[in-house]
Amino acid sequence: MTSLPSHTERSLGLVIDLDTCVGCHACVTACKGWNTENYGAPLADSDAYGPNPVGSFLNRIHSYEIQPETGPAQVVHFPKSCLHCADAPCVTVCPTGASYKRAEDGIVLVNESDCIGCGLCAWACPYGAREMDPEEQVMKKCTLCVDRIYNENLPEEDRQPACVRTCPVGARHFGDLSDPESDVSRLVAERGGIELMPEQGTAPVNRYLPPRPKDEVPELDVLAPFLEPVADDSKGFVGWLDRALSRLP
Amino acid sequence: MHPAPSIILFTTLSGIGFGMLAFLGLDAAPPKGWSALAFLFIAFSLAVCGLLASTFHLGHPERALKAFTQWRSSWLSREAWVSLLALSVMAPYGAGLVFLDQAWRVPGIAGGILSLATVYATSMIYLQMRTVPRWNHWSPPALFLGFALAGGALMTGRVSVALWVLPVLAIVQVVAWIDQERREKATDTDLATATGLGHFGSVRAFESPHTGESYLTREMVFQVGRKHAMTLKVISVLLFAVLPVVLLLLPFTHFLVVPAAASHLLGALIQRWLFFAEARHVVAQYYGRWDMTGMRRG
Repeated sequence: MTSLPSHTERSLGLVIDLDTCVGCHACVTACKGWNTENYGAPLADSDAYGPNPVGSFLNRIHSYEIQPETGPAQVVHFPKSCLHCADAPCVTVCPTGASYKRAEDGIVLVNESDCIGCGLCAWACPYGAREMDPEEQVMKKCTLCVDRIYNENLPEEDRQPACVRTCPVGARHFGDLSDPESDVSRLVAERGGIELMPEQGTAPVNRYLPPRPKDEVPELDVLAPFLEPVADDSKGFVGWLDRALSRLP
Repeated sequence: MHPAPSIILFTTLSGIGFGMLAFLGLDAAPPKGWSALAFLFIAFSLAVCGLLASTFHLGHPERALKAFTQWRSSWLSREAWVSLLALSVMAPYGAGLVFLDQAWRVPGIAGGILSLATVYATSMIYLQMRTVPRWNHWSPPALFLGFALAGGALMTGRVSVALWVLPVLAIVQVVAWIDQERREKATDTDLATATGLGHFGSVRAFESPHTGESYLTREMVFQVGRKHAMTLKVISVLLFAVLPVVLLLLPFTHFLVVPAAASHLLGALIQRWLFFAEARHVVAQYYGRWDMTGMRRG
């Protein structure tokens, strides 16, 4: 049913630390791997070795440059996947009921056998989180690795999304954002977690932790400016060179 | 937005077809017999061909019937229902006109209203897209209904009605183009809100997630960059409104309605192409390509 649940028991989602992310794309690779080998249609690549390769991905890493008013610019790597919005516009536009949001944990999913591939949900999403698979012609999106997080055949430490499990710098965190006592909620509270495009009214669940303020370049020696110049009149070869060069027109 | 030919054809042709059905249904003294058959045949062909064209862009057309299930929430599903209802009410009403020489008022009025409701439902699919500021605006219902009425009046030979509807439609269209521009400029979504990093400084897209194109960039970050937006707008208004009005003002013969309708259809197709090609999707912000998409002034 493509009406949204009025309330979800939990709000599972990701918290992504933009301060820590190094932009290595390991999460992209892990995501593509897991979601190609497991639940749903594989994430296809078409023309993979030709001049115009195109493939479907559930997670993509942008990089942005922030130029502050003073000081050097800063590069921020920015992983982007489905934000599992509370008021998900992609769900309500679906004509077949293929797109739905689960009442028990808030995950937004696509039932691929009901998807007619009309693409309206991708139009409705402001984040670009949904991509039509080039081979299967059904809509693909992040499932929060729903086939891992509840999977009792996996060791407990693997019961989290593939992107979170693989991140080499621990920039990705997974948990229940509706529980104020959860680790992810505490991270968001401590670090001032960001909501993307709040003006679009989608109420996203995922949060982004902003880069921490950079250290100022330290003043190495506060007395240095008051010291006498080291050499006012130079002697020897350097002195001769200085005078000789100064005489040149 | 990517101007897919199947959607342009669908919205334009089915709009005219349902506009014709609206006039044939709501008319207190509709044509009967052979002339009714001719009008109904054209109207049904346009409406049904348009609906079929809309399935061409589906990834899985064989599952299209599932689109009837979500009418409570989805405008696309509502459109499917209303179009089916309109056609199934207009079919027996049309049979009455053609074979029994009867114009049943209640089914006629109901079918006429359902036909217009179909066009309205189509337009609401676009209006509901908050992600596309140009569409999230009063203009899609006004324009879709306006083009349905204008095309319907022309194609059912209602010259006096067409002479009123066409100039009004031209004015609504020009106002819509100007106001859509204002709506798009007023959008508060930019790269700062998209990344949430605006308060650190000015944000610039530094590197794209992929070196080639993707579904997202092809579908929603469609780069038209044509210089001829204004020229196309002028040509469109000349073809869909000005030339048909001039032709209809000439001493009336049925032959002049044919070129008038043909000119209107061509103008309407250009208008509908612009409706998609000019519309920008906020996801272009993430790619730093918002300013490159849509149409350039020229």
